[in-house]
Amino acid sequence: MYPSKFKTRWLVLLSVIFGLGLASATPAYADPFVDAVQALNAKSNKAKTKAIETLVATGDERAAAVLDAFLNGKLFYRKADKRVFITQKSGSVYVLIDPATGKDVGEAKKSEAKKIPINNRLRGQLKGVLGAMTLMSADIAKRRHAADEVFKANDPSMLPVLEKALAREDDADVKDRMLRAQAAIVLEYGEDTQARIQAAQSLAEFTDPDVAALLGKMAASAQDSAVVKAATDAQSTVKSGLATWAFLGNLFQGVSLGSVLLLAAVGLAITFGVMGVINMAHGEMVMLGAYTTFMVQEVFRAYFPGAFDWSLAVAVPAAFLVTAAVGIAIERGIIRWLYGRPLETLLATWGLSLMLQQAIRTIFGPTNQEVGNPSWMSGAIETSTGLVLTYNRIWIIVFALGVLLMLSLIARKTLFGLQMRAVTQNRAMASSMGIRSGWVDALTFALGSGVAGMAGVALSQIDNVSPNLGQTYIIDSFMVVVFGGVGNLWGTLVGAFSLGILNKFLEPYAGAVLGKILVLVGIILFIQKRPRGLFALKGRAVES
Amino acid sequence: MTHQPFLMRILKDRMASTVLGILIVAAFLVPALNMLVSPDSIWHVPSYVVTLLGKYLTYALLALSVDLVWGYCGILSLGHGAFFALGGYAMGMHMMREIGDRGVYGNAELPDFMVFLNWQELPWYWYGFDSFGFAVLMVVLAPGLLAFVFGWFAFRSRVTGVYLSIITQAMTYALLLAFFRNDMGFGGNNGLTDFKDVLGFNLRSDGMRATLFFLSAIAVVMGYLICRYIVDSRLGRVIIAIRDAESRARFLGYRVEYYKLFVFTVSAVLAGVAGALYVPQVGIINPSEFSPANSIEIVIWVALGGRGTLVGPIIGALAVNYAKSYFTGALPEVWLFMLGGLFIFSTLFLPKGIVGTEAIKVAFEAQRLKLAKFLRPYDYVEGGDGR
Repeated sequence: MYPSKFKTRWLVLLSVIFGLGLASATPAYADPFVDAVQALNAKSNKAKTKAIETLVATGDERAAAVLDAFLNGKLFYRKADKRVFITQKSGSVYVLIDPATGKDVGEAKKSEAKKIPINNRLRGQLKGVLGAMTLMSADIAKRRHAADEVFKANDPSMLPVLEKALAREDDADVKDRMLRAQAAIVLEYGEDTQARIQAAQSLAEFTDPDVAALLGKMAASAQDSAVVKAATDAQSTVKSGLATWAFLGNLFQGVSLGSVLLLAAVGLAITFGVMGVINMAHGEMVMLGAYTTFMVQEVFRAYFPGAFDWSLAVAVPAAFLVTAAVGIAIERGIIRWLYGRPLETLLATWGLSLMLQQAIRTIFGPTNQEVGNPSWMSGAIETSTGLVLTYNRIWIIVFALGVLLMLSLIARKTLFGLQMRAVTQNRAMASSMGIRSGWVDALTFALGSGVAGMAGVALSQIDNVSPNLGQTYIIDSFMVVVFGGVGNLWGTLVGAFSLGILNKFLEPYAGAVLGKILVLVGIILFIQKRPRGLFALKGRAVES
Repeated sequence: MTHQPFLMRILKDRMASTVLGILIVAAFLVPALNMLVSPDSIWHVPSYVVTLLGKYLTYALLALSVDLVWGYCGILSLGHGAFFALGGYAMGMHMMREIGDRGVYGNAELPDFMVFLNWQELPWYWYGFDSFGFAVLMVVLAPGLLAFVFGWFAFRSRVTGVYLSIITQAMTYALLLAFFRNDMGFGGNNGLTDFKDVLGFNLRSDGMRATLFFLSAIAVVMGYLICRYIVDSRLGRVIIAIRDAESRARFLGYRVEYYKLFVFTVSAVLAGVAGALYVPQVGIINPSEFSPANSIEIVIWVALGGRGTLVGPIIGALAVNYAKSYFTGALPEVWLFMLGGLFIFSTLFLPKGIVGTEAIKVAFEAQRLKLAKFLRPYDYVEGGDGR
């Protein structure tokens, strides 16, 4: 059945190319396109099928509109002269549009025009053909999309169009996609063993989950043993390629989680490193940052809806200032009375975190708040290999690294940074050299809290903004700090990324929850080996 | 210091003897007022109050166990809720087995949640829980073993201070996540519930409630005596030395890690026993008991009552939990503010807790003098201080 159809189609194609319209009952016009359109008004459905093929084979841009009208029941013929028109209903009359010129050529009453009948088989044909037609569109993006659509549909009747499109395609990427679609059709429906083997081999170059699925199907169902072998080989090639991409995908997920952890933990690492204080209210600083973002966005929504994309640019410094101010208040009000008693500080800040949570819950309510993504953070980069990189994740990675860079510049290049490092290493000595360690503490705490606030801005983009936001991150942040070691931004960076990546790579094997448990147990065991983390401070500071 | 007999020393400690005396009297009086006094009388104690008080008492025992490690050994455990919950789960598993075929699905072999999950047979770690004795053994062993293994690793590699607090928190968090999993075979999210009876006695009957209350009160008294015995002994002196100057104690030749391990394990067992008494009274045990927030809350009972006093934590646990029951009912919005405020207030202004405040000490000293003058008036003539 297949070869005969194949041949007739080629005949049709050739005949059109050489300007030889097939025999038809309607009057012949000079333009092959007009000819083909008239042919649609045939008596039998078989003739209509042929006419559609002819029309497609003209490769004419105008054909799409006609076929679309046909599919949607808008293609009529005028009873008087049997001419075919695209119609638009306007009140009780039909506006007639000439398919050749696309111009309005008059009106017809209901009794004067009649719809060209259509059945389901024709509808199916039209749908496929319409997809294939865009293969020859002038727009590269449309052609690319169409090539992918044809590959997904995998319909042998599209092969001729596809081959014609291939011949005139000059964009390498689109051509590749068309070749993929062609190879898929040949592999599944071809008769020639050699051609099918070749198709399988050429498919092996496409790292795509759909290709792998098709090859798997052929490997399981093809009659021809040589084809089965070729498909199996090709499938394993594609699968190993896919595994590499899956690895990259996991890596991205891991780096993304790592950057979130980094943002949440870096402020904690600063305060812990300098003051030896674990700030249990740190998560609530993150939460305050997220709520500041919400407030800033509310202002933007109310007063500058056009500049909404800039709301985050305002929210970042706003969140920094708000949380830094709260941080100074906490340090001056509570923590400075508890120096030298780290465990009591831990309890007091925990109490504070409960109060902050309840305060936010009382003011804003316990439900999630709506925080919008600016347009440049929505969407994703997708590859045909199944890798999805969402823009918000990418921006958060960039933001986290930027924050870390800023902190390391502050620590290395400013006077405050110098004093901070001095206090970290030896508080007593720093004080005797004239550094006001009390002020350094206050400013460090403000800096750590401010960074947490900025982290809140980032987290508001990927997580629910609710009073419990901080709670979900606090234990993970501790793990990062404890794992990475204290007083060293590198430790936090390495700790955050290794925990993030480890988590994401364990997930496929152990499941999300068990993976997390394994990481926690791993950290507990790791602490036994290196009680002060990966990058521990050396020297006397440790024993104090 | 230790020349007087143990019980004599406790009797001389007015604060301890007062609290223990009240507990012992309550252990008999509350059940009596519940069972013997007619419901119309104002002296009648309703059954729900008996159970509520019993629950508070198990919290008091838990606080006692935290005080032993934190107050006397300086180990701030933020994971004691895990030991409490493990003890509770061990008891809960026994009570699940006692349900037998009276469950919703009427399956004599499997607990309801396993039938629901289409499990075919009992997991191996449920074997033996049919026996009450085995369950009691596990109440002691499960938390004890976990504490021993955890402490063995942690103390040997000298993880101390804030680091230790955080990994204890990580431990309870990991257990929280683990027990949430249905695959673990501990009832997942819903935990174990729907208990019917223990040793054939209906859990909902007044007699059983009173018995559990009585046991809880006695357990607190016994827990106090055990802790007091430990901290008053020579071993206790070493433990306090470790709290105050760990490096010095080590340089003097004491194997610090063994002392810590001992205290930590004993404390975990006490917490487990508290959990085992808690579960039959509240009728449910689920993974939320493992949540880190719960464990930190225990610490605040101790801090408020007075760490390193043993009596203080009992008072702290009872006071805070009474306040919690009252305020979460009457003013739910306010409770977290109060709890948070308690954390800050007690760390800033009550470093020694309620028991350690001057006013209380002065009041007790005055009481002691009055009593002493009444008993031995001749010692106090001519301005003698009687000692």
